[in-house]
Amino acid sequence: MADALLKIEGLTKRFGGVVASDNIALEVYRDELHAVIGPNGAGKTTLIGQLTGEILPNAGRIFFNGTDITGMPVHARSALGLARSFQITSLFLDFTALDNVALAVQAHAGHSFRFWRNARRDERLREPALVSLARVGLRERADVIVRNLSHGEQRQLEIAMALATKPRLLLLDEPMAGMGPEESARMVETLRELKRELPILLIEHDMEAVFALADRITVLVYGRVIATGIPEVIRANAEVRSAYLGEEEEEEIRA
Amino acid sequence: MKPLLTPRNAVVAAVIAVLVLLPLYTGATGNTFLLTLFTRIVILAIAAVSLNLIMGFGGMVSFGHAAYLGIGGYVVGILAKEGVDSGFVQWPLALVLSGLFALAVGALSLRTRGVYFIMITLAFAQVAYYVANGLDRYGGDDGLTIQRRSDFGALIDLSNRTAFYYLCLAVLLATLYLVWRIVNSRFGMVIQGARSNERRMRAIGFPTFRYKLVCFVIAGVLCGLAGVLLANHTNFISPALMHWTRSGDLIVMAVMGGMGSVFGPVIGAITLLVLEEALPHLIGVATWVATGKEIAAVKEYWQLILGPMLLLIVLFARGGIDGLLTGLRRG
Repeated sequence: MADALLKIEGLTKRFGGVVASDNIALEVYRDELHAVIGPNGAGKTTLIGQLTGEILPNAGRIFFNGTDITGMPVHARSALGLARSFQITSLFLDFTALDNVALAVQAHAGHSFRFWRNARRDERLREPALVSLARVGLRERADVIVRNLSHGEQRQLEIAMALATKPRLLLLDEPMAGMGPEESARMVETLRELKRELPILLIEHDMEAVFALADRITVLVYGRVIATGIPEVIRANAEVRSAYLGEEEEEEIRA
Repeated sequence: MKPLLTPRNAVVAAVIAVLVLLPLYTGATGNTFLLTLFTRIVILAIAAVSLNLIMGFGGMVSFGHAAYLGIGGYVVGILAKEGVDSGFVQWPLALVLSGLFALAVGALSLRTRGVYFIMITLAFAQVAYYVANGLDRYGGDDGLTIQRRSDFGALIDLSNRTAFYYLCLAVLLATLYLVWRIVNSRFGMVIQGARSNERRMRAIGFPTFRYKLVCFVIAGVLCGLAGVLLANHTNFISPALMHWTRSGDLIVMAVMGGMGSVFGPVIGAITLLVLEEALPHLIGVATWVATGKEIAAVKEYWQLILGPMLLLIVLFARGGIDGLLTGLRRG
């Protein structure tokens, strides 16, 4: 489809003998929340690494908004509007929440070879940062040092930082990881709001959240796409059930 | 807004006041030793503040920062020996060469991190050290006496002790102001962000390498200026200017004074250099009180006292002395 914002073709990545991405094809449309699911070791993190540019593929192409970004460095992809949140919370722990988001704003406000004016009093950075914080419900926590935020708040902050880079596409790497049910529910609400405004590629382990949010789902097993479709189709797909959902049920039984 | 009058700020103000008023006291009492000591302290404080820009704020622990002291010093010494006394030639050239050296060191070392970064900066400084050792025309490892201080015509006479002290102090205060502006600017936020989490900085769109490199060069130029002043102060240059232990001293000043603030290294420089002078005397007095005899040899052991003091500060005061003072507000 011509309207795909993100288009991946034949993406292949090998680590020694292990094929972490096996000829992956995937498209994210401009108006959808597309989820990628798969059991542990399916290659989800390798996939997102290749999208952000931290890992370079052995073969295949990635197009973003019509531009071939396959060999582009990390910061240049971010400048094009590809924003990610990290699976393991990766923040500036010794900065305040507001400073974290303000840095993300600054990253997309021209070059930073500005040596004189006080950045912490720069309304052009502070105002948009506060707006992003408000969108994830952290407006009241703006001046708290990030180290002192709860785990759930830090995950929300991750999203606020990604938003502050004025993205065209949000890549979310397991935003619910390590969250309790209450925090998860809050994150689902935040994402439900965001998906109205932004296309999202969501990589997530939490099945409940994925089926609640996704417009389409791609299932990855051993680096290969075994199915792509709307949630109802994925739920009914026999191959997916045996490869993935079955395992999930087993896990539930054990738990 | 943070309150302006805190114990910490009072100490900073007092330190600056003492530094400004010192020549009045030494002039009245004729104590040139004290003025010489504090000129040296002020110059090395400039070097420590410049190191802290990259180390404390940028997380780049350079173990070769004394190389810039040497480059600044040798430019002054070599030009003076060759008959070029003008400060208008010596000083800009020293700053440019310091900057170029920093550019070369930074371009290579900033691609590594952690221990490798420390080792590469150390290796470059050692190269500079051995090059200076090999300069037979300029004294080799014996060093070179500078016959005339940099000449600025009618502008300022550097051979006047008081005028030279005030020049050094003005450079220190200007350096503090400059570094303070830098660390709070957008550029400074990028540098501190890269210290805190460089991977994330790239992910949100910052090409961190070029910012760190520019910061590295700024610090090198500032320290080169300290080297120019040091050569003029001692009227002498030798490879010892850039010995690795000198780089270590600068690190100690920054760590002891406090890496988290712009002013911390000044406190560290004063503390370290005053202790270096005072501890041998204190030990002498203490042994005299204890034994009733003058035993000159025990004075050699002053480092036995300095070492544990450093250890205590590093272990229990992560923000250095400045951090301790800042903590007083809460306590």
